[in-house]
Amino acid sequence: MISKEFIIKNKIGLHARPAATFVQTVSKYRSRITISKDNKEVNAKSIVEVLSLGVEGGTKVVIKVDGSDEKQAMEAIEQLIENNFKEQK
Amino acid sequence: MKKFKGMGVSNGIAIGKVFLYLPLKHLNIENKKDNLTIKTKKEAVERALNSVKNDILLTLEHLNSKDAKKEAEIFNAHLLFIEDPTIKEKIDMLLNQGFSAAYAVECAFEESAKKIALLKNNYLKERASDLRDVKNQVLRKLLNLSTPSLSNLPNKCIVIAEDLMPSDTARINKKNVLGFVTEKGSTTSHTAILAEALGIPAIVGVSGITKEVSAGKTVIIDGEEGVVIYEPTRKQLEYYTNKKQKQIKEQESLNQIKFTKIYTKSGKEIEVFANIGNPEEADIALKNGADGIGLYRTEFLFIGRESPPTEEEQFNAYKSVLIKFKKKPVIIRTLDIGGDKSIPYLNINNELNPFLGVRAIRLCLNNVELFKTQLRAILRASIFGNARIMYPMIAVEEEIERANVILNEVKLELKNKGVPFKKSIQIGIMVEIPSAALNAERLIQHVDFFSIGTNDLIQYTFAADRTNENVSYLYNPLHPAVLKLIKLAAEASHKYGKRIGMCGEMAGDLKSIPELIRLGLDELSMTPSKIPYVKKFIKDNF
Repeated sequence: MISKEFIIKNKIGLHARPAATFVQTVSKYRSRITISKDNKEVNAKSIVEVLSLGVEGGTKVVIKVDGSDEKQAMEAIEQLIENNFKEQK
Repeated sequence: MKKFKGMGVSNGIAIGKVFLYLPLKHLNIENKKDNLTIKTKKEAVERALNSVKNDILLTLEHLNSKDAKKEAEIFNAHLLFIEDPTIKEKIDMLLNQGFSAAYAVECAFEESAKKIALLKNNYLKERASDLRDVKNQVLRKLLNLSTPSLSNLPNKCIVIAEDLMPSDTARINKKNVLGFVTEKGSTTSHTAILAEALGIPAIVGVSGITKEVSAGKTVIIDGEEGVVIYEPTRKQLEYYTNKKQKQIKEQESLNQIKFTKIYTKSGKEIEVFANIGNPEEADIALKNGADGIGLYRTEFLFIGRESPPTEEEQFNAYKSVLIKFKKKPVIIRTLDIGGDKSIPYLNINNELNPFLGVRAIRLCLNNVELFKTQLRAILRASIFGNARIMYPMIAVEEEIERANVILNEVKLELKNKGVPFKKSIQIGIMVEIPSAALNAERLIQHVDFFSIGTNDLIQYTFAADRTNENVSYLYNPLHPAVLKLIKLAAEASHKYGKRIGMCGEMAGDLKSIPELIRLGLDELSMTPSKIPYVKKFIKDNF
């Protein structure tokens, strides 16, 4: 299991399109992936849960990845957050 | 016979049969529990989910082929909702407890929708209605209710609905629809835009009509008067059939003129251009015979969203219009926005007087990255047609110089990267602040053309808010003070051999056009639907 803390840098946070891109990206991996804010932990592959977490810009979140492809998954997540949720071309 | 009054948002007369479009908004789930096996119910839910998913994929395919990005975004979200693991788990849990399939679907979706509806952010809140839209689609499949659809319309019908959403009309059968009537809506609603694009009449704001009419009955709608006549008398049928014939005849004479170039008797060409606010309107402009685009407002790309549009998004929006207009000029105005609009990602301070504050070019010069992204997108798109760039709200020379420095930086960056763009792209400014008109001779030396924005010019000249009814007596386009400013700008540009246009409401106003021609304007730009009338007017009178 890998766990990492991130600060969502973009102004608007995990809203709308960034949330969709995030869910689409993590859903490509087999590992169990969760995202938590203020100790509330939800399934990162569920768009409704990610949206209802209400992650604003500048918030701290913890992402946990557990499974056979956890390394690759975490790398992809880091890259996505680094690039402010720009879709990969 | 029943007569209804509404607001006409697209002109024309249509006589046809009522098609009532009532997608069930609230479905009643009768059985909470039933005796079917869990396995049977799970399979039924799975089939329903898959079937809706296929529908969404088909719609997406259809939209992608039309290059309708904004609409496609909505359906991409629908796709994520239908595949959501949390909702699926919740459904399974309820099924295992013996609840009926429909009840399980209803509860699982509704629980998430309620959570989302509670969020503070308005944009996110709206996603709850998307989620419910998906839920209803699944329920209809489960309950074997036919999905109301506009893709299979009977011949020559008038669609009457509570409201029409992009998801309703994405796959509408355009050939068979003669007009729209909705209970909700405004001039800017989806119905209005679609009707205008299709060139068919539409009446919105006709409250209660869906409950008072039946499918298949005859109905007349007149977009000009904003009336709907249900089961008309013979006399009314005759009257509107005649009126329609007359309109068609007038239209034909306009049609003959609208695609021609317009010259005055002295042989000077007056270019008649269109103002547009998004790429879809480019088609309407072409249909009305626009000689070019005199004002391509780019605000639509920036408003009503949580993050600025990407360079790619902008590039595509500019490119699509340029391709459609081929060699005809397309004047793209850089972002004209300020404190009167709330744009969450722009961090605009609250200002006491937003119309006298940091807006338009002032805002762009303070947000260089935002400005550069837009200029880069326009330059990259410039190779696809005849693009021109126009800076709004220029008050003094220094602003043009600063904007041009940034433009040249962007050009250099593109050149170094080997990205093609049109090096000779023309640059112009809006003359909409009295100081710009008074100082026109100095300003014109920095640019290739002027375009007068009368709405702001008048408001700033008389210090009168154009939306304030109590000072509307001051809002007079033909006042000598305004005409003097226009004259100064026109004389300055012609002295330096440059062209001057106008893109405010005054340019499409038949009462003002004689003055504008006398003052020597070379180009008039207006709402697309006015172009044929203005062309005919100039041809007949000058």
